[in-house]
Amino acid sequence: MNTVVKGLTGLRDWVDDRFPLLQLWNDHMGKYYAPKNFNFWYYFGVLSMVVLAMQILTGIWLTMSYKPDAAFAFGSVEYIMRDVEWGWLIRYMHSTGASFFFIVVYLHMFRAMLYGSYKKPRELIWVLGMFIYLSLMAEAFFGYLLPWGQMSYWGAQVIISLFGAIPFVGETLSLWIRGDYVVSDITLNRFFAFHVIALPFAIAGLVGLHIIALHEVGSNNPDGVEIKNHKDADGKPLDGIPFHPYYTLKDSVGVLVFLIVFSVVVFFAPEFGGYFLEHNNFIPANPLATPEHIAPVWYFTPFYSILRANTVNFFWIPAKLWGVIFMGLGTMILFLLPWLDRSPVKSIRYRGNIYKIALGLFVVAFLILGYLGILPPTPARTIVAQICTVVYFLFFILMPFYTKWDKTKPVPERVTGK
Amino acid sequence: MIRTICVVLLWVYSSLSCAAGAGGPALLDANINLSNKVSLQRGARLFVNYCLSCHSAEYMRYSRMAADLELSEDAVKSNMMFTTEKIGETMRVAMAPEDAAKWMGAIPPDLSVIARAKGADYIFSFLNGFYSDSSRSTGVNNVYYPGTAMPHILWELQGEQELASESDDEHGGHGPALHPVSAGTMSVSEYQNATRDLVAFMVYVGEPAKLVRYRIGFWVITFLLILLLATYLLKREYWKDVH
Repeated sequence: MNTVVKGLTGLRDWVDDRFPLLQLWNDHMGKYYAPKNFNFWYYFGVLSMVVLAMQILTGIWLTMSYKPDAAFAFGSVEYIMRDVEWGWLIRYMHSTGASFFFIVVYLHMFRAMLYGSYKKPRELIWVLGMFIYLSLMAEAFFGYLLPWGQMSYWGAQVIISLFGAIPFVGETLSLWIRGDYVVSDITLNRFFAFHVIALPFAIAGLVGLHIIALHEVGSNNPDGVEIKNHKDADGKPLDGIPFHPYYTLKDSVGVLVFLIVFSVVVFFAPEFGGYFLEHNNFIPANPLATPEHIAPVWYFTPFYSILRANTVNFFWIPAKLWGVIFMGLGTMILFLLPWLDRSPVKSIRYRGNIYKIALGLFVVAFLILGYLGILPPTPARTIVAQICTVVYFLFFILMPFYTKWDKTKPVPERVTGK
Repeated sequence: MIRTICVVLLWVYSSLSCAAGAGGPALLDANINLSNKVSLQRGARLFVNYCLSCHSAEYMRYSRMAADLELSEDAVKSNMMFTTEKIGETMRVAMAPEDAAKWMGAIPPDLSVIARAKGADYIFSFLNGFYSDSSRSTGVNNVYYPGTAMPHILWELQGEQELASESDDEHGGHGPALHPVSAGTMSVSEYQNATRDLVAFMVYVGEPAKLVRYRIGFWVITFLLILLLATYLLKREYWKDVH
């Protein structure tokens, strides 16, 4: 026993003389001080990493049996579901993981809005996070074509054709993206390349940068106070605790709760009523038969609703182009959040009622837009979507004003118990 | 705030979803039982005898079916395989797609995952929804898929049905009523049970893993719960120092 420990310690020291092993461990785990008052909302960062790891691992194993070929793609997915050992489990983990990735990322972003985590000095963490979010959307979009079902095919066809709305270069651009006049085998092959190499690589790199930036300035917390302002004689934050073992253990509990919820879906409802795996996607892609109702997967529907809410040609610009512009702005405007928010306090606990109402309206509008994006449009639904689109954008455009006027409460010097 | 959000969302949901009802008559309830192996075996027999002449299930292997439905490979080979000799083959049809298109006006779709695309209730309704219609070249039409190119392949079992006119609709508007005109070799309830078995088999064919995934899921979640308890106790022990 003793010799084993001795050997391992020796190996560690040997590596440490040649690589900053202990320093890395201490900077990010052993001596990284995190606020002791993290609550429920602080689990979703680590859960995003868990889902990322799971997507990469299941993705590697899916790639071993999947065929990125228009003639075989649909069949190879069924081959995985039937003939590959545990293939059905790997595939369901991947397909369920895609939806759960967005669930945890949306909740992680909402946490930042609740507690002002994007505010100075954490603006760059937010911006890097937004790049991760955009990459994730691209990753999901490329991946959704791969099963080569009707929804894969026509969803991709609709989204790519949106680029056609851009004046002058639009048609050429969408042709360039597809590599063909319609979505075809060529499109499938390039989407496969993006899905399994380019974007996972980008996402993994961005996640690394996101965490390095976070550990440089330190984590925010539900009170929105800087724990670095009060240190003990050794220079440790009085309200901080080492990430390991305290948060590694606390997060393990959160991860297990998450895995239980995740398993319930994987084993008992992997289609999730047609929201995680759409019914029409069990019909092989058919370029000659357009489905009656093409809806993107639920995580894109808020932005899809914004796109469809634009129904008027205005200023010589056709409605479709307005839709594309607003959909683009709807995602891009999130980048500006750190600079739009002029409130002197971070946490919602010490903000006034105006911000609380604004955030509440924003969440309601976002959820309604998401719900409407699943349904086929009717005149009444379009009006509701238009109202919600206006609310969505006003939340950001008016933010510099209402966050300044809002009556804030005094922020405590140290974190509170809860 | 969260409560207010929920109330608002519920109100919006109720005011927007009422118009969302899909078109077409209400579907019948398939009410299948996947854990009933005998029902699946009867369904398999109907499938290979009636459906498999035109429709393939090209992702379903005979050997997998034999193992999952607890049938011996010899029994499957001698009674259920008509287009191949090899038990490891998938359920293909002998008919060439071009011939099918010429004879029937449409290529009969592969049925491997049809239950996942359309749902069990739809298939059950479709199989029970044929009625005589002399205007169609097949002599039949279907309540749930008007204008279907498929002939009523199970007609000798069910007999003939006709569409009730509005006046003798006894169901008070609950979808179109079908009346038996001539009896088949099965009674009304026998035919319903037979199609129910067939639909159960189609659901199984759509996802063979469905027979095991609930059971495995139960054990996975049980394991995770035990691990959660242990991890929580460990976490609580460590966090005693945090004040």
